[in-house]
Formats: sequence, C-alpha cells, structure tokens
Amino acid sequence: MTDQTPAIELKGISKAFGPVQANKDISIRVMPGTIHGIIGENGAGKSTLMSILYGFYKADAGEIFINGKHTEIPDSQAAIRAGIGMVFQHFKLVQNFSVLENVVLGAEDGALLRPSLAKARRELKALAAEYELNIDPDAKIEDIGVGMQQRVEILKALYRQADILILDEPTGVLTPAEADHLFRILKGLRDQGKTIILITHKLREIMEITDTVSVMRRGEMTATVKTAETSPPELAELMVGRKVLLQVEKAPATPGKTILEVENLRVIDSKGVERLRGIGLEIRAGEILGLAGVAGNGQSELLEVLGGYRKAEGRIRLNGEEIDLTGRKSDARTRRARGIAHVPEDRHHEGLILDFAAWENVAFGYHDKPEFNKGIFMDNAAIKADAAAKMERFDVRPPNPNLAAKNFSGGNQQKIVVAREIERNPDLLLIGQPTRGVDIGAIEFIHQQIVALRDMGKAVLLVSVELDEIMSLSDRIAVMFDGQIMGERVPSETDERELGLLMAGITDTDKPHSEAEIEANLARKRASAAKEA
Amino acid sequence: MDFLTLLQVLDTTIRLATPLLLACLAGLFSERAGIFDIGLEGKMLASAFLSAAVAAATGSVLIGAAAGIGAALLLSGIHGLASITFRGNQLISGVAINFLAAGLTVVIAQSWFGQGGRTPQLSGNARFETITLPLAAELRDIPILGPIYAELISGHTLLVYVALLAVPLTWWVLFRTRFGLRLRAVGENPAAVDTAGVSVVGLRFAAVAICGLLTGLAGAYLSTGLQAGFVKDMTAGRGYIALAALIFAKWRPWYALGACLLFGFLQALALRPDVIESTIGFEVGVQLLDALPYILTVVILAGFVGRAIPPRAGGEPYVKER
Repeated sequence: MTDQTPAIELKGISKAFGPVQANKDISIRVMPGTIHGIIGENGAGKSTLMSILYGFYKADAGEIFINGKHTEIPDSQAAIRAGIGMVFQHFKLVQNFSVLENVVLGAEDGALLRPSLAKARRELKALAAEYELNIDPDAKIEDIGVGMQQRVEILKALYRQADILILDEPTGVLTPAEADHLFRILKGLRDQGKTIILITHKLREIMEITDTVSVMRRGEMTATVKTAETSPPELAELMVGRKVLLQVEKAPATPGKTILEVENLRVIDSKGVERLRGIGLEIRAGEILGLAGVAGNGQSELLEVLGGYRKAEGRIRLNGEEIDLTGRKSDARTRRARGIAHVPEDRHHEGLILDFAAWENVAFGYHDKPEFNKGIFMDNAAIKADAAAKMERFDVRPPNPNLAAKNFSGGNQQKIVVAREIERNPDLLLIGQPTRGVDIGAIEFIHQQIVALRDMGKAVLLVSVELDEIMSLSDRIAVMFDGQIMGERVPSETDERELGLLMAGITDTDKPHSEAEIEANLARKRASAAKEA
Repeated sequence: MDFLTLLQVLDTTIRLATPLLLACLAGLFSERAGIFDIGLEGKMLASAFLSAAVAAATGSVLIGAAAGIGAALLLSGIHGLASITFRGNQLISGVAINFLAAGLTVVIAQSWFGQGGRTPQLSGNARFETITLPLAAELRDIPILGPIYAELISGHTLLVYVALLAVPLTWWVLFRTRFGLRLRAVGENPAAVDTAGVSVVGLRFAAVAICGLLTGLAGAYLSTGLQAGFVKDMTAGRGYIALAALIFAKWRPWYALGACLLFGFLQALALRPDVIESTIGFEVGVQLLDALPYILTVVILAGFVGRAIPPRAGGEPYVKER
C-alpha cells in the first residue's frame, strides 16, 4: 500500500479566520480506491479542510498533491478539473430545475442546451446501471426526497468525471434504509476505483464503511489509523481528548402518575397542509418518551403546539387539567407558568437571541419572575448572579455571563438553553434535537442532565432525528411519520431496522420489506403532500 | 366601436406597450438572475434624456439611441457594483438610481438647452421613422386582414419590432441556451452555480448589462420614437408598471408580452374617452381612465392576482458559505 501514490496528499495546510485557527499544519494522505473517513467534533475544522480541497477557501499555507502532482486549487472549477467532486451537507441544487438540468449545469458541452441534455440523459442511464443510482432524469428537485436529491449530487460529481468524491455529513437527513443504500453506492464506487472521503461525526458510520480514518480536534489532525485496528471508544477519546462515555448510564424507569395526555391533535398549516393528523400520546412522571422520525414529519409542529406557539385542534391535559389550545391563553408564557419547559429544536432562532449576552438569554421566558424584578425595573444584578450560578452548574465554557450568546460554541450554547429550562424544575420538559451540532463531551453532559431530570420524577418528551440518541435515552419510543404516530416500542425490544420501517410509514414491521417498497411508500406520501399544497 | 376605431386603439396599444415590454424584459433578465431592479424607471429616464439630447445635437437618432443605451448601461453598472460587488441592498441602490436620474436629467437638460428641462423638438433623422412593411398598401383592400396588416402590424418604428422580437428571443435564450440555464440557476440558488465552477458575479453582471441594454432601448423609444423629444419625468412610472407586469407575468417572457399589452391597452383607452363612452354608453372620467394602469399596478403588486413565486435567491447578495 505505502509504495502507491496517494490520490490526495495535503502537506502542512493551515487556515485562519481572523483569530480563529481553523486548520493547523494539517497533513494527510488518502490512498486511491479507499473510503477515508474524517471524524471530529463540530468546529474541529473538517469542513474547512474539505472546502480548501474544493477551492472554496484558499489555504494560508500548505500544498495539495493530486495523484502525486502538485496542484493549485484556487476555485471550484480547478477542483473539478482535478477530478474532485463534493457533496455538500446542504445540497447545492436548483429546486425548480429537473434532475437533468442540475446535472448539466456548469458542465454543458456547448452554447445550446439540447445536445448537452441529450448527452447527459444517456450518461445518467449508464451511471445508473453501473452504480445503483436509479433516478428519473425529468423529475423536479422540489418533488423528490432528500435521499434522491443526494443521489443527484453524487451523479453531478460522477458526470464531471470525478475520481475523488468528498461527502460532508451525508447521512444527517436520511432514513436508516436510505443511509444503507448510500453506503452500498459508496462501496460500489470504491470497488470501481474511486476514492471517497467521508466527513462525519458519527462513529458508527466510520466503523461501518471506512477503510482508514483520520481524527481532527481543534483544527489539528490528531491521528490517522486503519479502521480495522481501532474502536469507537478509542476514536471518541481521540476526538475529545479524554475518555468519553458513549452509552448513557441510567436505571430502569419507575413511571408514576400521568403528566401529559394528548388526544387527537390536529394542525393544518398556512398552506392548508395537514401537519398533525390526530396525534395521541401519554407521558408519565419519571419517564422519557422518545419521538423518532425523519425531519419534517410533524415532530416540529407537535413541539410548537405543546410549547404554546402554534394553534391546534384536539385536547391536551397537563396533570389532569385541560390546556387551552386556541384561545388567548394559548401562549408560551402560560405554558411555562404551568410547568412546561421547552428546549426548542433550533437554538439559533428559537432558543437564543445570539446577539444578547448569556445572562440575558438565561433569563428569557422567566424575566417576569419576581426575583428578577424590582418594581418596574429589572434587577440585572440578580439576573446576572443567577445566570452565573446556572452556567457554573452546567459547566458552560467560558463561564462568563457577559459574553454574547453567539460567541459560545454550539455545545455551550445548548448548555445555556438546557440550563435555563431544566433549572426551573418543570413538570414536563420538551426537548428537541438536544445534541444537534453539539460536541461529544457536551452530548454526554446534556444526556446526563435529561436522565437526572427523569429520575427526579419529571416527564420528558425527547424529539430527535438521531436514532442512536432516541434508542439510548428513551424509556418508550414513539415513531412519527406524515403527521401520525406509527407505533410505540420499548427500546430493549426493538432495533434500528424496525424503527426504520416505522419511520418510512410501514407498520407491519414483522414482515420483510424491500427497499423498493419503502421508497414507493415515501414517494406516495410526497405525492399526497404535493396535492394538498 | 367600429372596426377601424378598434384597430386604431389596438395600434396605440402596441406603441404604448413597447416601452413597457422592453423594460419588463429588462427586469426579467435582471430578476431571473437574482438582482431585483427597482431602478428600471431611472434607467429609462436617463436613456430617454440622453437619446433625445444626443439626437438633437447630432441629428442622428441612431447615435442618440446608442448614447441613451450607454447611459442606461452606466447606471446598470452602478447598480451591479452596489448590489453584486459590494453586496449592498438592491432596493436602496435602485431607488438611488431613480432619484439620480430624475434630478440629473432635468438639471443637465436645463444647462444644455435652457428650455425648462426639455430637449428641443426632434424631427427628421433625429427620430425613429415609421417603417411601412412590404405590400402594406397593396394588401390594404383585402377585407379584415388587409387593414389589420396595414394599420396594426405595419407602420411602426424600428424599436417596436425590436421589442416584439425580443420576446421570443428572450424565451429562447432563457430556456434553450447554456447561458439561460445558468442565468436562471443563479437567480434560484447561486451556491449551485458557484460549486459547479461558474462565476456568480460574472453571470449577474451579464444579466444586469442586458437589463441596461433593454432599458436603454425603452428610454430611447420614449423620447425619439413615441414622442419627439425629452420632457421632465417622461417615463411617468412606466418602470414600476413594467415591474408589476413582470410579477403579473410570473417572470416569463410570453406572459410578459400579454401583461404589457394589457397595460398598453389601458393606457390607449385613456387616450380615447370618446370610444369608451360610445361603447359602454356613459361617460367615464378621464382622470379615472388615466389612473387605471396605476390602479391595476397596485392591485397586482398587492398580490391579488394569483400567487407568483419570484426567483428564490432574488434580492439577496451571494455570500460564500460552507
């Protein structure tokens, strides 16, 4: 292996954004025909490094060699010429163009479209046959699901004759079945001699599919090892710099009286699409109900209704008392007063005001409490002292309440929000995507806090698109699909395959189901949603 | 209304729709590329003035029109610099251009010609002459079709035909060429264009330049084709009407033709209150007729006419991100 020329070799790459050193003297060799994983926490510099390789950023120092040849990559055009294709985390597709038009864009053969499109149509057919990348070339991007859109991105790269394919967090938006399919495609590409770089923060994916893995921490490359010769705990330690508990430690739940009852909840959004179609669920004191599902199947709407900022039809009872769902008292403030705390899914837009100081953010939603006020004025000293104490207890770093929220890392921002909500000692905690964009160290901490709240006899509704998180934290799991609950399972008696089927809307999970069947089911849902809209 | 009167009204419709159509297609190129352009009005006005001024000075309408197009291109360049290169607010830049044009044209006209902010009356070669299409006189006597050909289709100035031909040409460029594909893509998702290795800035400047060319033609037509000279504020809101027509047309070339003809028709009706009176049987205030195109503009801009989805990246400067 070692006498082979690497497909990619980076030597001493450095890149700073102002005072932040995103990449420090990074060197890496990626062998041709392998899948090379790059793992690291958010902000470790993975995406920056790949953006340099794709010509999005210019490195301050360092050299790039492609197939042994020194190569300057000042822009994406140069990267494409060097045979590099990139599948970004957020797809770069034109929504109202067809698949074909997206593939051709920027790689046309001449000034007129017709011959280019005809040629692309032929090539797509060939590529589809070769790599299991079937797709309708005339479908509009906005009408196909994210899994398909990702295939379009891969096809775009292959159509440009890429030999090196970089994928940035490719499974974040996929159902387990779609992720499996993607991995099969990637293995097929590797077996045809393509070189693949997979950027991810998921240890499981690294173990499952890569041949070699490089670990990044705070802008530096800390190790490159053969995947077969490492283990998840070792990788986690390399990523974080200390030993990490990957499994949440918790005692069996001892559920008490019913805290939350939801009956026949319905939501129709402003476009007339029914987002919740008769949701019913129950959470008892001292248990965590995990709500699994692919993003966009109504989980966000359910949280918004429970949190008090979306109107709905149906009934909700908290501690046996009816909650107003449409009237004047149906607001977040009243919900908080009754003991519902909410950590929203999107901390940047709903959880925090990024330009405000941490101490102000810690008081939000509770700023009208008597202890924070003196007459008509706010008692800023009291609020700051309270915020400092909470930040201390939740290990927010740096523990400086005067710093604006935007200056904290993702994990510490999330700790600020979680501290604010949990420290109010609610009866029910709503928590959406608690660890999205949060580093492993903070994930461990936040998970411990959620379990601790449960053990105090509180009810928790956990919404997450990370199946691992749902599996390890929940006492019961409900799966949502298309605005409905497809079924409930107990974590110890289910597995990813079964939950994956429920997430695709298939309820008879004891029967075998083909991938085509799952895809057809998803397509049917999209078609009916499009019709409603 | 007899047949001949109808033809006259429709003939006027075409002439009045021409500047709207040119401006509307100008806006179409710009907005399809993601650059909102509220400065159509100002560019038309600047072009109208300079076309008339240079035509008056040189005696040649072609030199005049070229100068007008140059003025519009210059303002387009300013808009491009502000909104593409420096990523400024496109509405503010557009409004600034409108103010600049409204003030400068009058001041310079007064300084050059001393006629109260006008240019001298143009005549002869300093104006676009009407073109009589072949066989117009011979075919005139054929019932119905003859007069339509001779009155309605024949006998307009060059720029009217240019505007009408610009519609299929625009459609062809947008939907049948590589440039058109990229232009539409850059207005929908510039990141897709950028990652495909195509210059977002280059494409947007190209679109803005085409916008300048077409508004230049629209302005030149106003002062050297439709009228015989420049007068203060002669665009009279046509730039805004063209924007309304663009929304009405859902950013599509053929629909743009229809929308501009509708506005042109309303403007033409306002010139013939007698026709309306004889058709509907009672008198309608001239002021109301004059206001009709503007009322329709307000109605369209307020979103009463269906849901129009503008280009998704419209109005937003492109900033690279990870």
